[in-house]
Amino acid sequence: MAQEENEPPVGLLAEEEIAAFIQHAGELEHPREMIIDLLRAIQNNRGWVPDAGVELTAAILGLTALEVEEVATFYDKIYRRPVGRYPIHICDSICCWSRGGEEIANHLLQKLGIEMGQTSSDGLFTLLPSCCLGGCGRAPGLMIGRQFHGQLTIERVDELIEQLRQEDCA
Amino acid sequence: MNREQLLFKNRRPGETVFLAGYRATGGYQSLQQALRDLTPEALRQRVKDSNLRGRGGAGFPTGVKWNFFPADQPGPKYLVCNCDEMEPGTYKDGELLLADPHQLVEGMILSAFALQTDIGYIFIRYAYAQQAENLRRAIVEATEAGFLGQNILGSGFNFELHLHSSAGRYILGEETALLNGLEGKRPNPRLKPPFPAVKGLFGRPTTVNNVETLANIQHIVSGGAEWFRALALTEEGSGTKLYGLSGHLNRTECFELPVGMPLRQLIEEFGAGVWRGRKFKACLPGGASTPYLTAEHLDVALDFDSLEAVGSRFGTAGVTVFDDRTCMVAATLNLIRFFARESCGWCTPCRDGLTMVRWLLETIETGQGTPEHLEMLKDQLQQISGNSFCALAEGAMGPVAGLLTHFEQEIIDHLEKGRCPFQ
Repeated sequence: MAQEENEPPVGLLAEEEIAAFIQHAGELEHPREMIIDLLRAIQNNRGWVPDAGVELTAAILGLTALEVEEVATFYDKIYRRPVGRYPIHICDSICCWSRGGEEIANHLLQKLGIEMGQTSSDGLFTLLPSCCLGGCGRAPGLMIGRQFHGQLTIERVDELIEQLRQEDCA
Repeated sequence: MNREQLLFKNRRPGETVFLAGYRATGGYQSLQQALRDLTPEALRQRVKDSNLRGRGGAGFPTGVKWNFFPADQPGPKYLVCNCDEMEPGTYKDGELLLADPHQLVEGMILSAFALQTDIGYIFIRYAYAQQAENLRRAIVEATEAGFLGQNILGSGFNFELHLHSSAGRYILGEETALLNGLEGKRPNPRLKPPFPAVKGLFGRPTTVNNVETLANIQHIVSGGAEWFRALALTEEGSGTKLYGLSGHLNRTECFELPVGMPLRQLIEEFGAGVWRGRKFKACLPGGASTPYLTAEHLDVALDFDSLEAVGSRFGTAGVTVFDDRTCMVAATLNLIRFFARESCGWCTPCRDGLTMVRWLLETIETGQGTPEHLEMLKDQLQQISGNSFCALAEGAMGPVAGLLTHFEQEIIDHLEKGRCPFQ
């Protein structure tokens, strides 16, 4: 299993959410199809999916923790380790590469003082490499949370980061 | 050249058309017409006659695929829409769903009627949050209007439509990996046969089609198969295509144009030419897994057969252009890094082979390559192509094959100079 944080299983899902998921699972012929929905709900509440989230998902769907874990670890947008408040997925595929994506990525790494996959010391940003985000016509691009930002320049990236830092202070 | 707009007819910058706007330009009339006048068999025949070929990359004739489907078999059967769209350079389905989500919903209802499936899933990628939102609203609207649900328009036909938001990884675009993903299993591809038409989602007959493919169905119903075929500029082609332009062009946008567009016209007229006054060097004609075209191919028609004849593929028609200052070894290295990282790890040719190719290209690009590395690269092409479990590694080697065919001299320059000649 991924990084042990020894966190108690609180704040994963609200009681009402658990009840709703259990009810929905009871209505489905194949409740296992809800795995991603459950993991994502936990991630939305908690920011990432700790081991207890995998176990809770397994319990709701009547699966083993391993059956959930092999799915959870497959997808790069399910976080099995803690991430910053704003996970940044920066596209490194061909269209963004062709229009200066590497410079944007290097600038971000320097600005945040981290390496790819790490979280900034203020706990705000985690920089993750991502394959094509479907914004090829607006390359280079990145996604913060689920919001895509395209036609990036160094100045635009600085603006985005400053904006989020200020939002965090507010 | 005709600029007939079928899929993009309601598309306006920054706007999304929902039910009222969609119906204002004839939306859902094909559904009413088909349920009234056509049998499922007649509809399947019309799609077959239209020569519509799959728009997700493989180009398999949709009517032929549908003929494999046991429409008359009792019990649950599924229609699945593949909206994973993670092929680098491909963003057409995303553009369609930003503009006009009912195009897909009507296409799916008609396809479900043709195949006699009563449950459908739209499998949508993580990055398309707005598109998923648009689809959710369109599904609610269509249900309230009586186009989805029980006894649609009094025809006795039932169809319910679900949306599944994925959580990343390119391999989910492979149809059997997608089915495992939908079922909540680890999304490795499945062994074929059995094909999904026989044993697909939850072990039941399933057809998986791309967004753009499905959205064409209502236009084939209303316009007829002959009209649809005549939309293409090539004799053997049919219909329009959403071309997504990217890379070193002045204008990188998505256009609906006839199948069979000459590459030169697409680049000059619609892409507004190569950026910064530079020259065209090469392009990926249909996504990251299609072998390069070069300046000698500028007059080739962009269609399935014509591109296969020159050793490439039409793919998704996501055209990524490279200018004359691009190092093709570096471009291919970028593509291989993508494919190696996205390999699901199931089979050795893909898991280990692509890693090996990545290392070889890194070695050559950083000026440490020897003629032996070039030979090893050629050997890997032979070893990987045709030997992997699914099409991912096969596609990954597309640009490598193109590099060796068209740019071997550029590789040799790296070896001889001991550095990248473009740096």
